[in-house]
Amino acid sequence: MFAFIVRRILQAVVVMAVISCIGFAIKHSFGDPVRELSGMTVSAQERERLREELGLNDPFLVQWGRFLKGAVHGDLGMSYLYKKPAMEIILGKAPATMELVIAASVIILILSVPIGIYAAVRPRSWLSRFFMGVSVIGVSIPVFLTAILLISIFSVQLGWLPSFGRGNELTPLFGGAWMSGFFTWDGITHLVLPALSLSSIMLPLFIRLIRAEMKETLEAEYVKFARAKGLKPWRVLVVHAFKNTLLPVITVGGVQLGIMIAYTVLTETVFQWQGMGFMFLEALQRSDVSLMSAYLVFVGFVFVVVNTVVDIVYGLVNPMVRIAGRK
Amino acid sequence: MNALKRFKDCYFLYSFLRDPLAVGSLAVLVVLTVAAFAAPLIAPHNPYDPATIDIFDASTPPAWTPEGSEKFLLGTDAQGRDILSTMLYGMRVSLIIGFGATILQAFIGIIVGLSAGYFGRRLDALLMRLADVQLSFSTYMVAIFLGAVFQTAFGMANYETFAVPFLILVLGLAEWPQFARTVRASVMAEKKKEYVEAARVIGLGSRRIMWRHILPNTLTPVMVISTVQVANCIMGEAALSFIGLGMPITRPSLGSLIKAGFEFFLSGQWWITFFPGALLVLLIVAINLFGDWLRDFLNPKLYKG
Repeated sequence: MFAFIVRRILQAVVVMAVISCIGFAIKHSFGDPVRELSGMTVSAQERERLREELGLNDPFLVQWGRFLKGAVHGDLGMSYLYKKPAMEIILGKAPATMELVIAASVIILILSVPIGIYAAVRPRSWLSRFFMGVSVIGVSIPVFLTAILLISIFSVQLGWLPSFGRGNELTPLFGGAWMSGFFTWDGITHLVLPALSLSSIMLPLFIRLIRAEMKETLEAEYVKFARAKGLKPWRVLVVHAFKNTLLPVITVGGVQLGIMIAYTVLTETVFQWQGMGFMFLEALQRSDVSLMSAYLVFVGFVFVVVNTVVDIVYGLVNPMVRIAGRK
Repeated sequence: MNALKRFKDCYFLYSFLRDPLAVGSLAVLVVLTVAAFAAPLIAPHNPYDPATIDIFDASTPPAWTPEGSEKFLLGTDAQGRDILSTMLYGMRVSLIIGFGATILQAFIGIIVGLSAGYFGRRLDALLMRLADVQLSFSTYMVAIFLGAVFQTAFGMANYETFAVPFLILVLGLAEWPQFARTVRASVMAEKKKEYVEAARVIGLGSRRIMWRHILPNTLTPVMVISTVQVANCIMGEAALSFIGLGMPITRPSLGSLIKAGFEFFLSGQWWITFFPGALLVLLIVAINLFGDWLRDFLNPKLYKG
């Protein structure tokens, strides 16, 4: 087990190094910090001196080493657009994205578990057929179209929910480092539509997964035995069968949590949600290469951490993975 | 004639015709594809020709609404282009990118999967680790980053000129691991069979065995993934276009039409977004349903059960 964890972490470190290299290469080749930092009136000699001072004439590997050293200390360079450290800006935007992801995960959890179980237990009823049909269509609707559809129904037609932004009543947490929309009614109404549209992309997948796993478990001998023993049907379902479907659901869920961050870019664009994805697109439009590469490294880091943790947890609970990995 | 008769009697056609959903989705798909590629012939206007566009026609609602005009069945967008025509042309762009990117993915995936599965060991470990790592990132994220890098590297103007090949490249590079993994798995299974051994005993080279003997036997799963991947690529392209990394509005795909319409959506001009969006969903649902049927038919596990 120990060897498995070490190998997994080592792999994560290698992947992170590659990502930082890519991120740095982008910044190195497309951005010119001297041009961004100095004004029009600065002379050519001044610029050259500045280049030397910033170490921009050093070989690529030396500069990458410096970038890595900074990144490990949480310094990902300056944003040209905001004239502030990129890390500070990303951390300022991260809570908005995290709240969106958390809210969407909660929606997925609340809806997919009962629907998935129901569809597995009564596969022939019209209601489960309806759910499965909706999930086929749900997979086929791009997330931004779902978002537009939700806006047109709930904001434009009915006028119940706001269509963009996070509202003005945010609660500062941790000394203002995390502006939260969870604690005011205004914040929650702003959250509903973005979270719903973000969850729409994963919901069909989870319903199908839970249904498939549950169906398989219900065929198992021990479920039949539990039924034969005369246990109450709901107890067989929830306590005996569902517990064993949780394992694959949790692993897939962990990985999907990371993938959801990618979809936040789309959701945040539609709802002008002031999170990381929105910031990334703004950086792209204003060609703020420094902030872009910082975002790449940061998001890459989140992905790698999530995947590594999920793998290790899976290895802990399922010994087959560890042994298969050893070869 | 003989081949036609054999095709008529085969189980494939029989089971296809017995499934109304599969027949329906293929019919929709064929109609849409033909309409898209015949766009220059059947579209009422040419959105690429500035001479036919009149800015005074801008934002005309669909023909059946009170302010609608007979000339524009589904209304016009903010630049005065006929929505129906731009949709047909846009669908053509979407389909070209979807098929092109899938072919590129399959090409990369087959080469990687074949060599990983056939040669095994170090090469296999390296290539599959690479595929795993790339898959663990969302394909969307990879596509968004690749698109962003290309756009920064070549400049906005160049990116727009070469948007179609760029998007094919971006989506192709983002999603090849799907193919590589599947091909590798079937190659591993095929490699152990006797015909491969026989081919080796005859003294055939490994390249010939790989391409002429093993590859044809791994193509069934490749076909199944391909259909789903075409839908995924069309969706991916639409997503990239929607965030401004895809087709420019001067040569719109379905995604950039939706994006362009979204700016006017909240001010009540719903038709600019709605029709391209509905067409996109219809296209993807049709491909997915057909893909589902193909998967169920070709998957021997389900086939027996």
